[in-house]
Amino acid sequence: MQWLTDRYKYLFSSTKGLILVAIALIALVTATWGMLSGPMAEMGVGQVVASFLSMDLVQAEREGRIVTLYHVIAMAVIAIETYMVTSLVKMKSVYKTTINATITVGYIITMLSGLGFAYFGHSGALHGIYISGLTLIFFAGVLMVIALWPWNKEYHQADPAYARTKGGVDLERAAFFTTALTTLLSALFGAIPGANFGNGFQVFLAENVIRYTGKTVLEYSVIGHLHIMLALIAIMITLIIGRWLNFKGILHKIAMPLMILGTFVLNIGVWGVVTPFQPIAHMIIYVGATPSMLAALLLLIWSWGKLSRDHTAHIAKPNFFQRVSGLLRDPLKFGPTWQMLFMNFTTSGLGIFMAVKLDEIFRVWPAREERIELTGHWHVLSAIIATIILLYYGDIVGLKGKWRQIYGWGIIIASDIALAAVTIFEMKRLFISEAEQQPLVNGLMYAMDFGLGLLLVLLAGMLVWRLIDLFKSKGRWTEEQSQELSQEVIP
Amino acid sequence: MKRILLTAALLTVLLAACAPVDLNAAIPAYDTGVDPEAWAQIPAGEFFSGQHNEVQSTAAYEIMVTNVTTAQYAAFLNAALADGTIRVEDGRVSGFYPGDVFRGYKHEERIGAGDYIYIPLDDPSQRVKYDGAAFTVQPGYENHPMTMVSWFGARGYCEFNGDRLPTELEWEKAARGTDTRPFPWGDEIAHGNANYYASRDPFEDMNTFGSRTSPVGFYNGKTYDGYATLDSASPYGLYDMAGNVWQWTGDVYENMHYRFMRGGSKDTYNMDLRIWVRNNATPTYVSPGTGFRCARDSQ
Repeated sequence: MQWLTDRYKYLFSSTKGLILVAIALIALVTATWGMLSGPMAEMGVGQVVASFLSMDLVQAEREGRIVTLYHVIAMAVIAIETYMVTSLVKMKSVYKTTINATITVGYIITMLSGLGFAYFGHSGALHGIYISGLTLIFFAGVLMVIALWPWNKEYHQADPAYARTKGGVDLERAAFFTTALTTLLSALFGAIPGANFGNGFQVFLAENVIRYTGKTVLEYSVIGHLHIMLALIAIMITLIIGRWLNFKGILHKIAMPLMILGTFVLNIGVWGVVTPFQPIAHMIIYVGATPSMLAALLLLIWSWGKLSRDHTAHIAKPNFFQRVSGLLRDPLKFGPTWQMLFMNFTTSGLGIFMAVKLDEIFRVWPAREERIELTGHWHVLSAIIATIILLYYGDIVGLKGKWRQIYGWGIIIASDIALAAVTIFEMKRLFISEAEQQPLVNGLMYAMDFGLGLLLVLLAGMLVWRLIDLFKSKGRWTEEQSQELSQEVIP
Repeated sequence: MKRILLTAALLTVLLAACAPVDLNAAIPAYDTGVDPEAWAQIPAGEFFSGQHNEVQSTAAYEIMVTNVTTAQYAAFLNAALADGTIRVEDGRVSGFYPGDVFRGYKHEERIGAGDYIYIPLDDPSQRVKYDGAAFTVQPGYENHPMTMVSWFGARGYCEFNGDRLPTELEWEKAARGTDTRPFPWGDEIAHGNANYYASRDPFEDMNTFGSRTSPVGFYNGKTYDGYATLDSASPYGLYDMAGNVWQWTGDVYENMHYRFMRGGSKDTYNMDLRIWVRNNATPTYVSPGTGFRCARDSQ
């Protein structure tokens, strides 16, 4: 019994254990449910899985199932970010404990009951429990906003190397606070129309209503919600990575106000789609996205400089190649910001290109082609966020030496191959006709399958290693029980 | 050695991705036994429309049992060329369209009165050929659905014959009947039901040219050279109301220039074959995966 209690305590009360559980559950859901769609579906695997698990896949309910599945996975990701924030950012331990406990119960309930409701018959009770889970997560968010209150003197920033106001308010903390607060408000932005649509089971996917005129306020709200939530998850992971790498100095002082401003304006723009400002909402969103992305760029510049300097400190005058070598020495520290840069090629840059060329190119394509581009680019963004979390997790669990290199570079290279292929796939109509596309599509599919497959193998390897470790009486888990991420911030 | 092998494997994949597609690869010829000249009677009355089963109704009408074939379209082009309804110039066939009301809505484009493309003639995917005097069909494709045809070209065909394109509601009712089925033949989809992406039909080869159209009415329960199809007619006896080619519909909606298509195609996943799924494009759009059928008021 003690054996079980110890492990339970590690998995559900320590930061590192909680992160491990959430990653494992996401991996399990992704691996299982991923088999229901291409390329596994074409091979017939999807049907076998659905039949084996006795899934109830009514054709008319596909969109509802997908919406639930996205929420289930997203809630676990939000839980991981929450654990990271409560472990990295100073707050009262009572808040930390309560927030972590609440969100853990919330996302697990959401996951179990959401999937149960969507895929295994429509029990109204399960839907109710699913909503309760989401509510708990929201409540954990409320607590986090309170815990992150930046004007509390106890949390003022004394070190002049970090961004702060004249009065000493820690601007990095304020950025965490702004992101958490706007995440809560934007969650409501989805919850209200969600309650309306869910009540009548008239669910829809945003990508299926593009080009329709006369969208209702609630439809706009759903579309805004999904965009802003993903953007806020991305902003939060950027702040987390900055804290882990100990972002500071002049660039930090410029970046944090930009991040706060960007986050706030971005949200205003998205909320604006349901107001009379709808016609200019996109312009406000661009205005908000620019400082946020600039802040991430400053983090990248600072961190690359630091990594390069740190790893060439033993050389009196390092040349260019030695500096680059130093930058690339640790894939787990280089990877997160590299992925942020890569994101600009696959997501942000593409999104801007689409917006600029909308009437000239993309709206000339049939809606289904535009849908591929839309769904592709935000799947890529989600995957990039996931890889950043996995890279950071590799450091959290203390990967060293050869395995650190294999795991880190494996994730970076595998994901970048897959996501670059997705990006080319999305844009293929720019350079190849429908009739002639098949060989290119096949090549891209191979690249995607190879990249994503390798990524999943690495993740599976990591999880199996952690599982084996749990069976050891003095495994790594015993050390991790009391470790906090704030203790591992890079000096 | 490992690096060389890996590099070689990657290069092979990349080179394979750049391989040209033989758009004229041999295609199996089958007589489906379904008459493309046949029409189905759809009675007036209510039916369930859309994913959420809204009750809608239509007047009585008739609709073609199959999509318009390339042979039918070539015959139309020859007749229309003879009486001056269409023009052939700059590698395309065009005809007159009286235009839409333009309201200047966001993203709306003006469709004024004038000549618009019916079909391109210089596209290698075009199965209807023009030799300077007459239109003919590439052998083997005579009973395949007419593709590479714009909305204007689809409308032009129907109007030339005194018919029209079906409205979306008419199309949906003809595909679904009066119950709530997601596919014209019932609740689930199997490879033998329709021509869709990776459906393993005799007309596709996903390693080379990918998907191709199947003859109209192919999925009628017959077995062709060992390939068994399921009888996939809609409740009113229409074929190919899911898969093979997207089908242009006739509605012109306020505030938008887009025209809507229904039915999914040889290039889409089976989810897009569900009856309520809509696609849309500018009316000049042509594709090897888009065709049409006509409707007319009940006589």
